[in-house]
Formats: sequence, structure tokens, C-alpha cells
Amino acid sequence: MNKYEAVIGLEVHVELDTDAKIFCPSSTVFGARHNAQVCPVCLGLPGTLPVLNRKVVEYGIRVALALDCSLARFSKFDRKNYFYPDLPKNYQISQFDLPLAYEGRLDYETDDGARHRCGVVRVHMEEDAGKLIHRAGAANAPPYSLVDYNRTGVPLLEIVSAPDIRSAEEARAYLNELKTVIQYTGVSDCKMEEGSLRCDANVSVRPRGEEILGTKAEIKNLNSFRAVQRALEYEIDRQIGRLEAGQRIVQETRSWDEEKAVTVSMRSKEEAHDYRYFPEPDLVPLVISPSWVEDVRRALPELPQTKRERYLKEFRLPPHDIRVLTASPGLARYFEEGVRLFPEPKAVANWVLGDLSRLLNAAQVKIEDCRVRPADLCDLLRLIGDGTVSGKIAKAVLEEMFTSGKEARTVIAEKGLVQITDAGALKEVVDEVIAGHPDTVQDYRNGKTRALGFLVGQVMKSTGGRANPSLVNDLLKERLG
Amino acid sequence: MEGGGFKPVRFYDLTAHRLRELLLRREISAVELCRSVLNRIDEVEGRVKAYITLDREGALRQAAAVDRQLQNGRELPPLAGIPFAIKDNMCLRGLPATCSSRILRNWVPPYDATVVEKLKDQQAVILGKTNLDEFAMGSSTEHSAFFTTRNPWDPKRVPGGSSGGSAAAVAAGTAVCALGSDTGGSIRQPASFCGVVGMKPTYGLVSRYGLVAFASSLDQVGPLTRDVTDCALVLNAICGHDHRDSTSVPKEVPDFTSFLVDDVKGMRIGLPREYFPPGLDDGVRRVVMEAVSVLETLGAHVEETSLPHTGYALPVYYLIAPAEASSNLARYDGVRYGYRAPGSEDVLEMFRASRSRGFGAEVKRRIMLGTYALSAGYYDAYYLKALKVRTLIRRDFDEAFEKFDALLSPTAPETAFAIGAKTEDPIRMYLSDIFTLAANLAGLPGVSVPAGLVAGLPIGVQFIGKPFAEGTLLRMGFAFEQSTGHHRHRPPDTPGGDGS
Ligand SMILES: [Zn+2]
Repeated sequence: MNKYEAVIGLEVHVELDTDAKIFCPSSTVFGARHNAQVCPVCLGLPGTLPVLNRKVVEYGIRVALALDCSLARFSKFDRKNYFYPDLPKNYQISQFDLPLAYEGRLDYETDDGARHRCGVVRVHMEEDAGKLIHRAGAANAPPYSLVDYNRTGVPLLEIVSAPDIRSAEEARAYLNELKTVIQYTGVSDCKMEEGSLRCDANVSVRPRGEEILGTKAEIKNLNSFRAVQRALEYEIDRQIGRLEAGQRIVQETRSWDEEKAVTVSMRSKEEAHDYRYFPEPDLVPLVISPSWVEDVRRALPELPQTKRERYLKEFRLPPHDIRVLTASPGLARYFEEGVRLFPEPKAVANWVLGDLSRLLNAAQVKIEDCRVRPADLCDLLRLIGDGTVSGKIAKAVLEEMFTSGKEARTVIAEKGLVQITDAGALKEVVDEVIAGHPDTVQDYRNGKTRALGFLVGQVMKSTGGRANPSLVNDLLKERLG
Repeated sequence: MEGGGFKPVRFYDLTAHRLRELLLRREISAVELCRSVLNRIDEVEGRVKAYITLDREGALRQAAAVDRQLQNGRELPPLAGIPFAIKDNMCLRGLPATCSSRILRNWVPPYDATVVEKLKDQQAVILGKTNLDEFAMGSSTEHSAFFTTRNPWDPKRVPGGSSGGSAAAVAAGTAVCALGSDTGGSIRQPASFCGVVGMKPTYGLVSRYGLVAFASSLDQVGPLTRDVTDCALVLNAICGHDHRDSTSVPKEVPDFTSFLVDDVKGMRIGLPREYFPPGLDDGVRRVVMEAVSVLETLGAHVEETSLPHTGYALPVYYLIAPAEASSNLARYDGVRYGYRAPGSEDVLEMFRASRSRGFGAEVKRRIMLGTYALSAGYYDAYYLKALKVRTLIRRDFDEAFEKFDALLSPTAPETAFAIGAKTEDPIRMYLSDIFTLAANLAGLPGVSVPAGLVAGLPIGVQFIGKPFAEGTLLRMGFAFEQSTGHHRHRPPDTPGGDGS
């Protein structure tokens, strides 16, 4: 394994979250009825013409800037010609030789804490195709296919990495960071399961130390970050195996078979399409003024890497906490709002990353939709601080807040969870426990100090956990002399 | 004037601006006018065959609406009540837009082209959709999948093309005005053949939204009319920026009728010598030189000039136009609309069979030509080279326009040719557009104005102008027609026409 190194480049397609499609006013909302979000333009009806949605360009500029790319002053669209039933015009409007942006980079970290830098070759805009739905025919009837054009013309950004990635794990880490950065720019939710982020991988292997690139394979049908990693691991092994056996690598496109966990050949280089790119005559060239770029740059939010550095400096949190808190803009926003209202970063981080995240994960709820808002969580933290509830009871309170959407005070009042800090109120219970456990009391008096813990536990149990534990401790010691 | 003082007035044969006067003076109603044209259609359409689709009810309904407005004393737009024909490659909601192709025979667009919308805003009366060469690829309407339109001047001859149906309708009195589209001469050449005025505006002056694309960087919609004044009126109605067409120019447009002054004194006109080759038909040469004398008499300075890259225009055109067409016509695959060949086993076979049977020979020829020109390994040598030469052709014009207000040439190298004369020889057919296609490559406006008859057949002269100088061309055309009256010639079987 160590004799070889892998060379990986990723082509990532991101669906941009604009209200309208890239070349027409049709809606882009995911999940509508089939063919409900179409118009003459995105159906490619005869006589229709595309008109560029400027918002798409703005979103593209945002991502390009977040990836440190240079913006083209002069860009244009081209037609990529190929016949496929999900493509209403049988050409895709894309960008060929003058993309929106070029020569950027993305810094990312693998799980072992190692830092990597990957070049970004280009970022370009294009329109998405529709979706084919294959159906088995009725008895004796042949199978057939239907086409849903809702997705046709949804804006896509293609981000092509340099072949700077050296392992399947790095590929996954690159994708994670790319997703985070794009989510921060607010242009896409990057949901691979809904297809709003897609990835193809180019991979070759070469003997370590060799400068010349090996023959590459392009891998398609990667439907999750895990699939990307697994497919690359498989493909790297496969290529090394061939080289070791003295066989040639063929330049081809291969498809990842998730079930069988193998890549299989789709088409060879010779069978590759000739896309006959030429400048799209229905659109005018795109001139991107420096002032436009500056406007977008000024409006850009704080990006993940800057945020991480700030968290370290301002909040002195452990690196792992910082990584998790900044992994999505929603979580970071939540945390920052929490710290603003309750300036104890470590406490807020612990609750957000601990109990709250556990509840969110278990219920499959996004932080943005969480009924416990940062202000509510901070109220609870304050109630712990002033002794109204114990930390342990607070966990139960949070769970109730999470499911019912009620405020901490309401939950505590309704369930009678206020901590008992009145010695008078506890004396009775303490006496009962002492009376009920004469053997344990005897043990304690004989010098077995651990027996006290048991008695404290019994008092807590009798009060439904509401008694202030240190007060109980003091009271027991006092009574037992 | 028109219609001849002593004969009963044939309303269908008048100009739009004259009919407007009659409508406003209530000497005729819009319904009467519409009936007059529909009767004329009943009379001659069987011979001329200009229309693919007629919408008699729709036309009469619109005419009646105009009459109601007139009765209520409302102010009406300039083309209200004027009977129009639309080339069948423009979308009109609810009527088929066949492009004269089997592949679109039954396709009914769910939307209006911008130019159609604008005519509807004018309350023009739209009679129907006219014949063309399939997808506007041709110069005679012989490439229509349905039938060949006859030249109203001689039914054995073609009307020119591809807007042959529109030109023939205006000449035959079966429409007062018409819209055509011009990719390489498809308005101007049939205008010349049929003895009417035809203008291709500057690329970007008129919206292409709803015009079924042939070659996107060359296509323009324009008027076919009986005189230059009507041409200006129709241009006024259809021009202007359209947010649905990114290539339409966001520019203030003038009132083109303001250019209709009978005066060309001091205007400079160039005669590009490449447009008068040694083999040019004697009759054509004579007619153009007579036009030159007329313009000189009117005070214009006419001088010979040169457009040195003219010889490349035809080959460049036949790379760029088919390349764009090969892509524009890819959408006709039988999946969503139009003709689908039955019985295919899989989708690729369906594509192949639908397109093989749905397209005619000329369209297939151009798709193959264009596909080849864009293919890997040939792109640089053909398409890219053609784009570069296109720039040189444009530069020729730029230089000429430093010295001249307009260029004058024959519109076509000959008068209307006989049906069948060129169908076996594509190159000879292509040569029919030799004087018109450079204006498309350079994006310039061009107008063909009737300039007389050669052996009983009409012939036009072409004025080519600077970008957005339609006004200059209209002014020259107007002065020319006012002093010659050539626009008043009518086909021989027209009452009041030549030879009747
Ligand atoms: Zn749409």
C-alpha cells in the first residue's frame, strides 16, 4: 500500500437555493408535484429563450470568494450538446472556457488533526437536468420511463478541485469542509440525500515519488460522503492491484455500486461524448464588475476557519468542541447567541454539544427548528446557577422544554421541580431515612463513612431528586452527630 | 391613389396607413375590411397557397372588437383592425406553429411570441399563419413539408423564401401586412420576388422571444408590407427591448414614421462592387442602376466602394447558421411534443426514428453540416474560423459606413425562379441569398424596396445601414418609392394590377 499514492480530484455540483431557476422564473422548491414547477422556458419549448437570473451569479460570486478564487471580469455561457430525455433542449447551458471563477483553494483538516490545502481549479454555473422515473410495465407490458422536469433549470454551481487530494479519507474531509463553507455562504443547504450536493471523483494511483500522473478513472453515482470514501478506497485498491499484477489501467468512467461495494465500468474514453461546446448565442456575455464583487465580499458572513480561530481566542474552548460547534452555521449561530445571553462559553458549549445535541439527534430535528431557543436554554442555565434546580434535574427540564416547547420556569413550576433548600422542609425526610435504616446508621457510626452516601441517596430518592444534595449532607451529619 | 379612382375600391389591396384613414373616417368598418380580405383569400388562396392555418373566426372577432372601440370613439393604436399574416415559425397561443415541419405539425404553443403580443396590443387582426421553408431553411418555400407557395405574379414560380407565404400574402391581397423572419435574407429575398417591401431590422431591435429559432445569432423578425410607410408602422409596433430576450438591445427606439421625409439630398450611398459581379443578370443590373440614377437625381451622392471579405460571407454563413441550428433543433426528439415515431424499442431508437421521419432533407442536411462543424477536431478549423471571418465581414461594413450612410445593392441575383429549378442543387439555392446574408452576419438592418419589373416579374433593391439606422433606410426607401411609384405594381391577376 505504501508503495503507491493516490491522486484524487473532486467535481462537486451544488444546487443553489435561489427562489427562481437559473434562466426562467419557475420555482426551485424541492418536493413539489411532478412537472408542477415548469414553464415554457425550462421545458425548452420552441421559441423560448433563457434569461440569466442575476441572483445565481451573486451566489456564485459568494462561493467563489469563500474559496479564495479569482473572479472572471468577463465570463460567458456555452452549450453542452448531448441527447438525453431528461434534458428538454438536448443541450445543457453551462460554462466551458470562461468560467465564473478560477484558481482558489480550500484548507481542511482530517480527523487526525492534520491540515491540508486543496486547490480549486474553477467554479462555474450551469442548469440542472430533469429526473427520469423508471417504471415496470403492467403484466406483459414492457417497462417505461417518465420524466419530471421540476429540477430542470435549477441553478448548479460546479466546483472542480485540483488533483491535490491523496486519500479517500482526505476526500471525505475536503467534502465536509466544502459543505460547511458553502452552508456558511448561505447559498445551498448541501443535502446530498436530496441531491443538492453531488460529487464525482477522478482518481489515479502512481508509485510514491513519481511525478507523472497515472491513468485516471472517473467515478460516478456517489450518493453520500461515506460512499465517496468507500468508493475511493475500493478504486485505489483496485488500481494498485492491477499495477501490482502488471496490468494496465484503462481511462474510463466507472459507477459505484453501493450494495456490492464495487466500482463497475460504465464507458471507456473512446465511448465518451463529444459535447460540441459552443458559445450560447441566446445569452450575452457576462461582465462582472469589481464593485459588484466588492459588494458581495462585504456582505459575506464570517467563514468557518475565521470563526474557529476566534472561538479559540475568545472562548478558549477545546479544539474538538470548536470543530463541532462550527460544523454548521446553524449550530454556531445558536451557540453564539447563547454566549451573548449567558457569557459562560464552556457551560453553553457543554449543554449545546451534550444534552441538546442528543435530543436533536434522537428527534431528527435541525437546530434551526429547535423549540428551545438560545434564550430559553440560557434561562435554564441561570436557574442552575442560582440553585433553583440542580444540574441533574435541569437535564429532565430541558427534555420537557424540548418536547413541549415550554419555558424552563413553567416546566419547573408545573412539575414541582424546584430544589428544596429549606432545612426545615428536609429535616422530616432526614429523620425518616435515619429511622428506616438503623443498620446503615450503625455502620456510619462505626466509622464507615461511605454509608453516608447511601443515606444521602435515600433522601434524594424520597424527594424525587429535588433536595439540595450538599444541604442533605450537612443535615445528616448534624443528626448523626 | 391605390385601388384606382374609378374602379370599386378593393380594400384588401390598400396599404395599412390608407386603411387606417378609412377606418377612422368610418368609411369602412374593421369587419368589412376583414371580410374583404377573407373573400380575397377565398378567391385566390387555392392558387397562391400562402397560409398553413387560417383563423377566420378569431380574425372576425378581433375586427368586431375594433369596431366597438371605434363606435365608442376610443383612440386606437395605429395598426388596429389591420389584417395581418404571421409566418408559421412564430408562436401564437392556441394556433399551431408548425414551422412547416412534420415534426411540429400538431404542436400548439401555449404562449404568444413577443411580436405577436405586440400586434395584439395594437389590436391588429391576425388572419393566420403562413407557409415557409421548413424551420426557415430555404429560399423558395419548396422545403415546406406541406406544400409550395406560388408567386402571385406567376404561379409557376416560387415566392422566394423562407418567408414566402408572408410575402405572397401581402402581394396577393390576402393580408395587408405580414411578419416574416430573416436569418440570411428570408424577408428581403421574398419581398424582392413578390414586389413588396421587406425589412430585416438590426439584430437586437426586435425580440426573438417566441420566434422558433433557426440560427439564434442571425434570426430577426421583420415586416413585409406594401410600402415603406407601412414598414415603418409595423416596425414601430414590434420593436423595442424585451426582458425575455437577452439579446434584445435595451435602447430607446424612435418613431420610425418620423424618418418618412421625401428628401435624400446630400446622403451618401455606397455601391459595393462585390455585389455587382460580372455574371450578374442584365435585368437585375439595369434595375439597380436605374435606382442609382433616381437617387442621384434626388440629390444623393452615390459612389462605388468595396467590401473585400464578401466572398467569404456564404461559406461563413453556412458554417455558423447550421452549427447553431444543429443545437437549436436538437430539442425535437419526440419526448415532450411534436412528432414521435411509433414502435421504438428504446429511447435512442425513438430519437433517431422521430428525427429521421420528422425532419425534411434540407433540415437534415444542415443539422449534419452543423454537427460536423462543431465536432471535436473540426471546431477550430470550421466554427471558430468562421467566427473570426465573421468579424472581418463586420469590419468591412464598419469601414464602409465611415464614408456612407447606406449601401445599395440588388436584393437577389435574379427575379423569382421557376418551381423545381433549384431543388436538386442546394448550392444554387444557397446562392439566392448571396446579397442578403452578409447583413445578418454583421447584424445590420437591410430593407428591400420594389424597384421595377424585369420581364414582368418584380425585383427589389436592397439598402443596408449601420446598426439601428433603420430610420435612414426608411427615409431612402420612402424617397425612392415616392419618386418611382414602383411599389404600386400589382400582380397581373389583381384587379387594378399590372396587366389586368
Ligand atoms: Zn421555467
